[in-house]
Amino acid sequence: MTQSHRISGGQVDRTKTVRFTFDGIPYQGHPGDTLASALLANGVRLMGRSFKYHRPRGPISSGSEEPNALVELRTGGRQEPNTRATVVELFEGLDARSQNRWPSLRFDAMGINDRFSTFFAAGFYYKTFMWPKSFWEKIYEPIIRRAAGLGSVTRQEDPDEYDKGFLHCDLLVIGAGPAGLMAALTAGRAGKRVILADEDFRLGGRLNAETHAVGQASGADWAVAAVAELAAMPNVRLMTRTTVMGAFDHGIYGAVERVSDHLPVPAKGKPRQVLWRIYAGKAILAGGATERPIAFENNDRPGVMLAGALRAYANRWGVKAGERVAVFTNNDDGLRTATDLMARGVDVVAVIDSREGGELIPGVRHLRGAEVIDSSGKLGLKTITVRQSNGKTEDIRVDALGVSGGWNPNVNVHSHHRSRPVYDAGIAAFVPGEDGPPGLSVTGAAAGVLSTHGALRTGRDAAMAALGLTGAAPDLPEAEDAPVRVSPLWFVHHGKGRAWIDQQNDVTVKDVKLAHKENFTSVEHLKRYTTLGMATDQGKTGNVLGLAVMAELTGRSIPETGTTIYRPPYTPVAMGTLAGRSRGKEFKPFRLTPSHHWAKEQGAVFVEVGNWLRTQWVPKAGETEWRQSVDREVLATRKSVGICDVTTLGKIDIQGTDAGEFLNRVYANTFSTLAVGKCRYGLMLREDGIVFDDGTTARMGENEYVMTTTTANAVTVFRHLEFCRQVLWPEMDVQLISTTEAWAQFSVAGPNARKLLEKVVDQDISDASFPYMGAANITVCGGLRARLFRISFSGELAYEIAVPTRYGDALLREMLARGAEFDPIVYGTEALGVMRIEKGHVAGGELNGQSTALNMGLGKMVSKKKDSIGMVLSQREGMVQEDGYRLVGVKPVDPKAALTAGSHFLEKGAAAVAANDGGWLTSKVYSPHLGCDIALGYLKGGDKKIGQRMRIVNLLAGLDTEVEIISPHMFDPEGERLRG
Amino acid sequence: MIIHHPILGPRDAQEFVYLGDASLMDRPDGMTAGIEEFHEYLYQRGNPAGEHRELWYHEQGDRSWLVVTRNTVTHEITKVELARDVARAKGRSK
Amino acid sequence: MRYSGFRVIAEALTGHKGWKPVWRDPEPQSEYDYIIVGGGGHGLATAYYLAKEFGQARIAVLEKGYLGGGNVGRNTTIIRSNYLLDGNEPFYEFSLKLWEGLEQDFNYNAMVSQRGIMNLIHTDAQRDAFTRRGNAMIMHGAGARLLNRDEVRAMYPWLNFDDARFPIKGALAQPRGGTVRHDAVAWGYARGADMRGVDLIQNCEVTGMRIENGRIKGVETNRGFIGAKKVGVAVAGSSSKVMAHAGMRLPIESHVLQAFVSEGLKPLIDGVITFGAGHFYVSQSDKGGLVFGGDIDGYNSYAQRGNLPVIEDVAEGGMALMPAIGRVRLLRTWGGIMDMSMDGSPIIDRTHVEGLYFNGGWCYGGFKATPASGWCFAHLMAKDAPHPTATAYRFDRFLKGRMIDEKGQGAQPNLH
Repeated sequence: MTQSHRISGGQVDRTKTVRFTFDGIPYQGHPGDTLASALLANGVRLMGRSFKYHRPRGPISSGSEEPNALVELRTGGRQEPNTRATVVELFEGLDARSQNRWPSLRFDAMGINDRFSTFFAAGFYYKTFMWPKSFWEKIYEPIIRRAAGLGSVTRQEDPDEYDKGFLHCDLLVIGAGPAGLMAALTAGRAGKRVILADEDFRLGGRLNAETHAVGQASGADWAVAAVAELAAMPNVRLMTRTTVMGAFDHGIYGAVERVSDHLPVPAKGKPRQVLWRIYAGKAILAGGATERPIAFENNDRPGVMLAGALRAYANRWGVKAGERVAVFTNNDDGLRTATDLMARGVDVVAVIDSREGGELIPGVRHLRGAEVIDSSGKLGLKTITVRQSNGKTEDIRVDALGVSGGWNPNVNVHSHHRSRPVYDAGIAAFVPGEDGPPGLSVTGAAAGVLSTHGALRTGRDAAMAALGLTGAAPDLPEAEDAPVRVSPLWFVHHGKGRAWIDQQNDVTVKDVKLAHKENFTSVEHLKRYTTLGMATDQGKTGNVLGLAVMAELTGRSIPETGTTIYRPPYTPVAMGTLAGRSRGKEFKPFRLTPSHHWAKEQGAVFVEVGNWLRTQWVPKAGETEWRQSVDREVLATRKSVGICDVTTLGKIDIQGTDAGEFLNRVYANTFSTLAVGKCRYGLMLREDGIVFDDGTTARMGENEYVMTTTTANAVTVFRHLEFCRQVLWPEMDVQLISTTEAWAQFSVAGPNARKLLEKVVDQDISDASFPYMGAANITVCGGLRARLFRISFSGELAYEIAVPTRYGDALLREMLARGAEFDPIVYGTEALGVMRIEKGHVAGGELNGQSTALNMGLGKMVSKKKDSIGMVLSQREGMVQEDGYRLVGVKPVDPKAALTAGSHFLEKGAAAVAANDGGWLTSKVYSPHLGCDIALGYLKGGDKKIGQRMRIVNLLAGLDTEVEIISPHMFDPEGERLRG
Repeated sequence: MIIHHPILGPRDAQEFVYLGDASLMDRPDGMTAGIEEFHEYLYQRGNPAGEHRELWYHEQGDRSWLVVTRNTVTHEITKVELARDVARAKGRSK
Repeated sequence: MRYSGFRVIAEALTGHKGWKPVWRDPEPQSEYDYIIVGGGGHGLATAYYLAKEFGQARIAVLEKGYLGGGNVGRNTTIIRSNYLLDGNEPFYEFSLKLWEGLEQDFNYNAMVSQRGIMNLIHTDAQRDAFTRRGNAMIMHGAGARLLNRDEVRAMYPWLNFDDARFPIKGALAQPRGGTVRHDAVAWGYARGADMRGVDLIQNCEVTGMRIENGRIKGVETNRGFIGAKKVGVAVAGSSSKVMAHAGMRLPIESHVLQAFVSEGLKPLIDGVITFGAGHFYVSQSDKGGLVFGGDIDGYNSYAQRGNLPVIEDVAEGGMALMPAIGRVRLLRTWGGIMDMSMDGSPIIDRTHVEGLYFNGGWCYGGFKATPASGWCFAHLMAKDAPHPTATAYRFDRFLKGRMIDEKGQGAQPNLH
């Protein structure tokens, strides 16, 4: 294919050819092209369809502000919707497709919407589709939803990797145009650590798109030299293809580096994109400016572009957007497009200048006081209609029109802290206002300084000021310093047709007029009612225009009408980039228990408990159902001995002369009386009197205690204790350290628990020397330091034994080997749960953050004789009700009936309505000893209902089961076994 | 956000856990104060739009509790102290 | 002016010349029977129902900015009544029922769309808790379904079922949950209130309250003093600031919640999905954007903007759940100020000042509550008695130990 619209010059590498396809048709471009520039070079103007009316669309810009030329890129899991063709760097084999059209881009059936556009005025949907009532959800909305949206996602996983990184610098410069380059040079030469980031793949900003000289060289060559100087500085980091997406608090900026988007697929081991968190001492916004259009009827046809973009395509990419070109401008900058194009031999047939007077451009038909009032051309511009100053109208045949309504400084990042831009009548645009992000200064065009010299000067000065540099400022190269001459023209007053403001969302001047008529006149209402600025370009070209139109309609000034601010991100950011490596199995880290490898060898089944993976059960050969394994583990433990890894329980060493008193204050029950060498169950409340956590604490020495917490609360309890220690009672001599990961801890339970432990423990642990609730520092296996606690969660004779974590695996293997004669088994969390529920011990389902000690049947544990966290507020009237929830045991009347945790209690004969709701089952297991399902539950007035029959219902499954309310202590209620 | 830890220097706020108003330091004595005083302590907040003294915990750091003076409108941090020092200055020292 | 399909067609054919302002811009009168402070969703709904359901007149809504500019204009548009506790569920179910008839009631299409909500289950403990909740919902007439893994997979086969850190084990679904076009709610109530004579006064900020002998007399504003027999405050986010004018401290902290929208996409997600193993929930708007959110930033803030860690955290949840959205782009983030209460539940109550009423503490659940909140607040103000579904929303529940703590997090607002 020939590149019919390729002209001379530009910064593409004509020695190489890049092949690509658009909608299946093969084309060629050159390295340095964007998809848009390459398509334009091939004479392709039609690249998309608008959102609402499905109007044909071509690019209006040459940068990231592009609202129109959105395509789907790549295929499969890499398919990327809504990609702006104007920023896609061309690569070999690139495969792009148009979107939001059916069946084809040239013929889009949904284009019918355009014919009926009068019915689809702003907000029409709020006024209709209400009758009959059911039709909205059944008929209208499904149709709307199917039609909505732009590009599509495949439902496949994105195969590329993403990464995150952290950078620090003295100065972050955002944008590498003349202002940014000069700022970076100034700071870099002073030895400061500088990061210069630019979204483009070629640094230089507008210098690459203009023909002005800077110093002795062209602007583009000066940029090359400046970049080379910066690249040679070790203290400067140049970040091309990097968009600073947001300004956050305290000098933190988010930036997205597109590492691999210019390649067919990322290189091996490379991410597609990186999210950088940049910690900047100071920052300079040198983000340039964005040209805005002038609204006139049918100003949305492919071929109607921003004048500066037309110029950029010619100067930077060597592409003419059309064979016959006109320019429509209200300012001097638009005239440059005409002169630059003519200089490159493009046929410029007319310059339509809305201003009267001024100098005429030689060699072209320069109409002053004229306006473009309409255009024609179904799939692309064919003619424009011009109204001359004398009122005469004339059709001019053109296939490209460059429009310039002036330039809007890119205040975007500066307003991320909600600083409101202020209107500068001198350039007819908003410039950064007060109270921007601290440490961020704005330079060059972004600050409303629109000449090249101004950019270089303010860039240098901003760097000097930001960094407090003294000494001679660097010399500036000579550069143009033309004044801004603009005469505001927002929309052309003519006719009844539609003049587009927001091209992607199809918001027209008419829509703004309707919003005005209906009193949606505040800027926020205008935006929300018409959807102005809500498209993927976030109104970069349209917002100010819409605001100005509203100002004109209301007769208010632009500042009176208001302003809108921008929110992060500056340009849309891929979700994958923001997530980085946290996806799939790497979403959260795994915490593995000391017995994990052993369990894995046995084929254990694991369960996620927070970030821990715990052994759920350990199947034996021949077991096909999980219940077989769990029942066996329970029975074997209660018959002989079982071992369970309980390392995940939080462990906190507490030491100091006030440690006992400290425990007295953080636990609801008394601890000051705990003897050395003993453990005690502790109940911890939150200050609001609700149970926070429970566990045992052992007194290992005069001033040494070891606390255990539940797995779930290990972190929060430690945090809370530190709060108590440092903030509430700093006068106490208490030290804390979390030892959760320092000790591997196993529960050894069952009638033969002591006998098994005697095989590994070096000391005498007979009942006499190591009674129930005993605790001691011991040694095992001939001298390895260990801790032993005689505590039981299972109701059996049981111990918890702890060794330094790295010996955990060995200890387990030793216990199993040396105690083989007792047929020890290892049980998992399921069997643990069965045994604790058989015993009526509270755990996760009961410790739900909503329950009091009284609810749990532990009300007497809350000592009123001492101050402790939560003691006072636990006595509030709503928490001490006689008929409140009480923990009960539950078993079905029919032993074969199944119970479900989460089922609710009802009296017999009561309807299943909230007024009759008696409570719910908190936990349920199958008890192999009782031969039926058993459960714990919170039942209103439950302590008085023991022995009664009720129903439990699970309405989600249609279950309604008669149950008996029993004591929660369902197995060995006298506790004879654990003292054995 | 960045919190200038009095001992460790500037640290990303992501390393910290937030609790709330620094008035939570002033817990009444449970043996003398009643429900109303504890209610006021635990539940009622000034919630100012402006300067706010608040408690942060350096969980992924040295486990210090800090009193941070931060503006809730601008997020500017003007002062960071060790909560223990603040508490002791209130007379709660041995 | 009544809206209808016929009217839309007729106006279209006559150049849209006949449309009228959706509300007036009246000058404030010197005195009203009722002043509602706050022209967000709840304030506008209160005024609407005061006029329409409770037959009251001489009502004004004072809004410091523009109508609907509060959290009704910046949220993730979800409606549901899938609460657990007796203090909450009847109220939210009342609200959902009002949503179901809202558009016909106020003659404005707010696009109430009950495409269903599902809370994913990843652990057995979660299933137990959701079973408890689902049963409570059914007992309150809200309806619920417990889905197993295969049923979830049939609906959303492209969620992460095969490589998940926390595998999906099922879901608790409320088929009647869904989304609403949030701005239209504010506009519909505003229009309905205006039509009934309510003065909606924008750019009118309350700067003080006149209280004499324990009774409210009116409010000071930047447009002068405005007298009132009764004043209701519905300014979530700014509750502490406004109620300080009456000398009150509240059991509320202001926090920032960020929310997010992606670029427009062809249909991907029909209903609302909440991830149960991370902070992420998502739906897709009628325009095609994925609308999603997660946790609050977690520190007191009135800044209406948040920081990167939460943005990343939410994206991580999104990618963990939906690995296919890696190349979907986040388009816009925004931050709203949440009234985070001490138990995660709201307050609709009288105050110690006679004639001064308070509505706030909505945490980040205020949008779905809008109709019932307005109705119940109007009920309270008109009859001086709480509506039967909102009796638990009292200030003194903290003093009495009757907290309504759905999440069981206690008196720490940033955990609710």
